[in-house]
Amino acid sequence: MVEFLQHVINGLSLGSIYALIALGYTMVFGILQLINFAHGDVFMLGAFVGLFATRYFGFAQEPSVFALVSVMGISMVACALIGLVIERFAYRPLRRSPRINVLITAVGVSLFLEFSGQLVFGSDPKYFPQIYKPAGDWSIGELNISPLHVIVFVIALVLMSVLQYIIFRTRLGRAMRAVSFSHDLASLMGIPTDRVISYTFMLGSALAGAAGVLFGLIYPKIEPLMGVMPGLKAFIAAVFGGIGNVTGAFVGSLILGLAEGFLVGYGMPTFRDALAFSLLILILLFKPTGLLGVRRSEKV
Amino acid sequence: MRAQELTFKQKASLFVAAVALSVTAACTKKSGDTAAQGEGGKTASLNELLIGEVLSMTGSQATFGTSTHNGVDLAIKEANAAGGVKGKQLKVLTVDNQGKPDEAATAVTKLINQNQVIAILGEVASSRSLAMAPIAQANKTPMVTPSSTNPEVTAKGDYIFRVCFIDPFQGTVMAKFASDNLKLKKVAILRDVKSDYSVGLADYFAETFKKNGGEIVVDQSYSEGDVDFKAQLTAIKAKKPDGIFVPGYYTEVGLIARQARELGIKVPLMGGDGWDSPKLYEIGGDALDGTYFSNHYSAEDKSPHVQNFISKFKESYGVVPDGLAAMGYDAAKVLIDAMNRAPSLEKGAIREALAATKEYQGVTGKITIDQNRNAVKPAVVLKVEKGEFKYVSTINP
Repeated sequence: MVEFLQHVINGLSLGSIYALIALGYTMVFGILQLINFAHGDVFMLGAFVGLFATRYFGFAQEPSVFALVSVMGISMVACALIGLVIERFAYRPLRRSPRINVLITAVGVSLFLEFSGQLVFGSDPKYFPQIYKPAGDWSIGELNISPLHVIVFVIALVLMSVLQYIIFRTRLGRAMRAVSFSHDLASLMGIPTDRVISYTFMLGSALAGAAGVLFGLIYPKIEPLMGVMPGLKAFIAAVFGGIGNVTGAFVGSLILGLAEGFLVGYGMPTFRDALAFSLLILILLFKPTGLLGVRRSEKV
Repeated sequence: MRAQELTFKQKASLFVAAVALSVTAACTKKSGDTAAQGEGGKTASLNELLIGEVLSMTGSQATFGTSTHNGVDLAIKEANAAGGVKGKQLKVLTVDNQGKPDEAATAVTKLINQNQVIAILGEVASSRSLAMAPIAQANKTPMVTPSSTNPEVTAKGDYIFRVCFIDPFQGTVMAKFASDNLKLKKVAILRDVKSDYSVGLADYFAETFKKNGGEIVVDQSYSEGDVDFKAQLTAIKAKKPDGIFVPGYYTEVGLIARQARELGIKVPLMGGDGWDSPKLYEIGGDALDGTYFSNHYSAEDKSPHVQNFISKFKESYGVVPDGLAAMGYDAAKVLIDAMNRAPSLEKGAIREALAATKEYQGVTGKITIDQNRNAVKPAVVLKVEKGEFKYVSTINP
């Protein structure tokens, strides 16, 4: 029983990491119908910005909540700018092209970031310093809960709520939804569509930046290709939960995390990555809109 | 003439293509700071002897490559200062394989066919040596691996040698140490299924440990590159072992140790020479205190040839050499010794001389090449304490 509960806790903590990445993925898709494959690599850049910020300000010597918050802030701002640049130079010129062109460009941007990362940072893994060390472990009997994982879970939950709020309760959110509904109609109504799309990218990339720092804190080994697998898994989680749906991305991520935890824990660790992809195939076969997705009728 | 007919758009795209090309060229040059890449199809001049070196200078096992390279470099410098081999100066061409077996195979093909090297040094990881060995054998070029411990490597043919012990021995050492010194009865195994080295070591450990009356309570696995090991560790914890054998490489081991302690697992972890890297403690931190691993040599060894090597190495590279640096040094020394003894500098003659190596006093012990072209020598067990690797015991073959 203890073992089972521990697997649940491990699965949830892994799932909340996927959730942090999946939120940005799903939001950009929801607004633009663009699968931004570079998202996992912006996540990687977020971790590296965090590393350099920590070194620059010397936070490694005195871990504190302040250090965590400032490093996350710096990384989010930097990633928002990176997102802005990517959108401006890689996606905007293709706004009127078929969707497949943008998709291929996204793959190109992703590879560009990965291998420029190898050139600039070197391909050997870097150690991510412990900028925040919560005191002690929480254990209930044999059960261990790492406070760091609880923090990540809570942050993922908070970011999801903030995102929900922005999309459904603010002017910007209304503009985003309008652009999502119809790009041309929105621009006829006087919505500055290019600016709205830029904001969407910045928001999504900032989330990836936060995820990068938290990932580094929990798994203190970062390298230029670190975004590939988590990025793909988060994408699958987003599709599983219903792509374009923020709550769906969160739920999908937790389910994927739990499923991986149980599969590995109960004897099939080599199928870890296969699981996510089988899940993708199954959901696309039987419920293409995902768990919480709704079928949108195509307007002619 | 036709160029004038190009539209502005075409010109612009041509310009972009040209810039992209030159950038690519510049990048290639930059990453090619190693001799072999920079000098393209260089072959030996009259008074030079070329030796090829294939290592993981970058990638997730970068310290394996850089440490070994420094060891080799030191040995070559010493030999050249002493007049070289048969009046010729030695020159090493290094090719980085980024930690990938297919790159290692390409590198060795290029070194032999294009650069015409007379011998190959490398690799550290067994998976990569296994990719290289058949090529060196087919071209009848002697290859000396400093630290690939998987038995299959030298079984690829009579031109493949190693100066380290093999996994059956290394696995036996840790199994003996676990049951005799640590008095463990129930041990769990966590192996890297993607690595020939890790799988071999785990199998030999299990075999000996069971023979000595111990029990393997659970055998879990992961794949190189994973970052989350909590599910495996939770399953291991549920079986309540007295110790965990983790025969992996340092990047994963650091994370494994950290997550094991987070889950409240307090029993000692044990491993092999894949742990030996300054990065191990950087990633794992104090979670590694009280863990043990087998290695080729200990920097705490007081014998003069070891201390002499350490001080020379420190002078050149500013750090205390790890086990892999010592192995690189010994591999190069054994090769140079064989070239000196060989009647000619033909590849076949060098092979004969290598096979006849007997009681060569290296930094990592007396090296004798047996009929299977493996070195027979003792292993040491080290304990991690506050970031330092403390000598615990020596176990003889």
